[in-house]
Amino acid sequence: MTDTTSLVTAGAARTGLRRPAAGAKRPRFSARQARFGYVFSGGYVLLLLAFGLVPTAYALYLAFTRNGAFVGVDNFVRVFADYRFLPAVINVSLYIVTWLISLTVFVVLLALIVHAIRVRWLSTTARFLFYIPGAIAGASSVMLWLFVLDPTVSPVSGILHALGFESLVNVVALDNLPVVFTVIAFWTGAGGWIVIMYGALNNIDQEIMEAARIDGAGAVRTAWNIQLPMMTKWISYMGIMSLAAGTQLFVEPRVLSQATKGVVPESYSLNQLAYLYAFKQSDFSGSAAISLVLLAVALGLSTIFILRGRLFDSE
Amino acid sequence: MSDLRASASGPRRRRPAATPAQWLSRVLIAVLLGAFALFFVIPIVWLLLAPTKDGRGLLLDGPFAFGSWEALAENWNSLFAYQGGVFLTWIGNSTFYSFVALAITLVVSIPAGYALAHFQFRGRKPLLFATLIVMLIPNTALVLPIFLELSALKLIGTPLAVILPFSFFPFGVYLTYIYFSTAVSGDLLNAARIDGAGELRVFAQVAMPLATPVIALVGFFSFVGNWNNYFLPFLMVGGQKVPVQVGLANLLSNVPQFNPTTTGSTVIELPTLALATLLSVAPILIIFLFSQRFLVTGMTAGGTKG
Repeated sequence: MTDTTSLVTAGAARTGLRRPAAGAKRPRFSARQARFGYVFSGGYVLLLLAFGLVPTAYALYLAFTRNGAFVGVDNFVRVFADYRFLPAVINVSLYIVTWLISLTVFVVLLALIVHAIRVRWLSTTARFLFYIPGAIAGASSVMLWLFVLDPTVSPVSGILHALGFESLVNVVALDNLPVVFTVIAFWTGAGGWIVIMYGALNNIDQEIMEAARIDGAGAVRTAWNIQLPMMTKWISYMGIMSLAAGTQLFVEPRVLSQATKGVVPESYSLNQLAYLYAFKQSDFSGSAAISLVLLAVALGLSTIFILRGRLFDSE
Repeated sequence: MSDLRASASGPRRRRPAATPAQWLSRVLIAVLLGAFALFFVIPIVWLLLAPTKDGRGLLLDGPFAFGSWEALAENWNSLFAYQGGVFLTWIGNSTFYSFVALAITLVVSIPAGYALAHFQFRGRKPLLFATLIVMLIPNTALVLPIFLELSALKLIGTPLAVILPFSFFPFGVYLTYIYFSTAVSGDLLNAARIDGAGELRVFAQVAMPLATPVIALVGFFSFVGNWNNYFLPFLMVGGQKVPVQVGLANLLSNVPQFNPTTTGSTVIELPTLALATLLSVAPILIIFLFSQRFLVTGMTAGGTKG
């Protein structure tokens, strides 16, 4: 679902780019304006405080204290030394690398291909087919993929057998998981990005494309020298959003772990480990420490992106 | 790729006879496109057909064969009979959480986006910046901190613990802000003010009627996101209060194929589990099918017009 949101964010951001500066039209503050500004945004500010700022502050407090006493970075040290921590970092990193590479390569490739199709219904249908799995997210998509990856009931059991898999447990062996999670995430999320990239390609001036063609540039050279450079902003946006989302891996390993009775470990990802700290060990300080690390990564990425990415130049 | 382009663009460009190399690249592209289309579609087609089979049929029949209406009815009955109809309770919970959160989101976000776009007040810029930041972090990143906070407030296990965090939707505020600052001009609002309308009336009678598209868009994304959310309700509520996403995952522990230790009478057959999966996403799937055009336009706002 994060994907869906970030997708539209991109759409909104694009609109934002073209907007004239909002402040320019209104030269003066008036007390009346300010009063209504507070009234109208008050409810949202309360929610922002309650579910943005306060939980972050409280997690900070928990992470640096133990039973109410300040303990410095002890909680972090303890969590980092946990025998499950390093494997979780490695698992999540492997997944992110696999996921980002395949996402970038295939989304860009498919967007270029779909964009090149001039038969209108074919292009629309292709985009629709790629996009529709986005409706199936969360536990439902993992559940569906449990079936697809189980050689006994899979619609593609032929492929699974050909790859040497005889049972679900073979398929979800630890070494295969980064690829398995990538396939699931790609299936639900890629279509939306393809639609975004398609929009970006449409934004490229037709005259430039025409000029390249007249100069004798083939499809591959046009894509490489003109279309790709024009898409970099959107590719980096996709990369950063997907990187941030990837660090949060939870529902996929959680459901697979439930389905395979622990063949997929309960502490496969960092978020799962944070969950175990809170729920199995009642160690809220440790849980807060892990989730703060993850939150810091996400906040860092989004801040860098807003300040450096120039995608949200609204003011 | 320009091969395809040229071949379809008709009389505008003359079409030289394709060389064997061009034919080869066309075939390659068609194969690639077809393969990905199958990849995206096969699981959905399978999901639509699996609930029409019985357990044996699912293992033995062709994956894309239709089973029978009787088997579908049987799976339906066994799903809704499971633990005294708990599946219906889960669907009801999802509906309740998503709709109440949707209502709060709209009531709170639309005026906030309007205020950010058309009022000058102290704290406006920091509020806008905070909104952007929170909007761009994955929504799962704050789930554990929110859980820790709500458990300190002893709210865990109550519907509020799901509904209130669901209602916080910075992306909706941002979308509304962008919409009001681009599509609704300050001059129009000023004209209404000069005519003597108060701020509340300007908002309710001038701005709101113009905002229908953005209200629909915010509503759509809030509803879809909340309905499909697993992590947050998984931590916040349990037992009879879980929404269908969490309930679905819990069903797994009663499927003998996945969990051989399951004993007793309340086993779930695989086709029944497939039906549960299908029903858990049915509302969203239907919304997607019917709002396709609207959505794609929303997602690429500005982009496709260029």
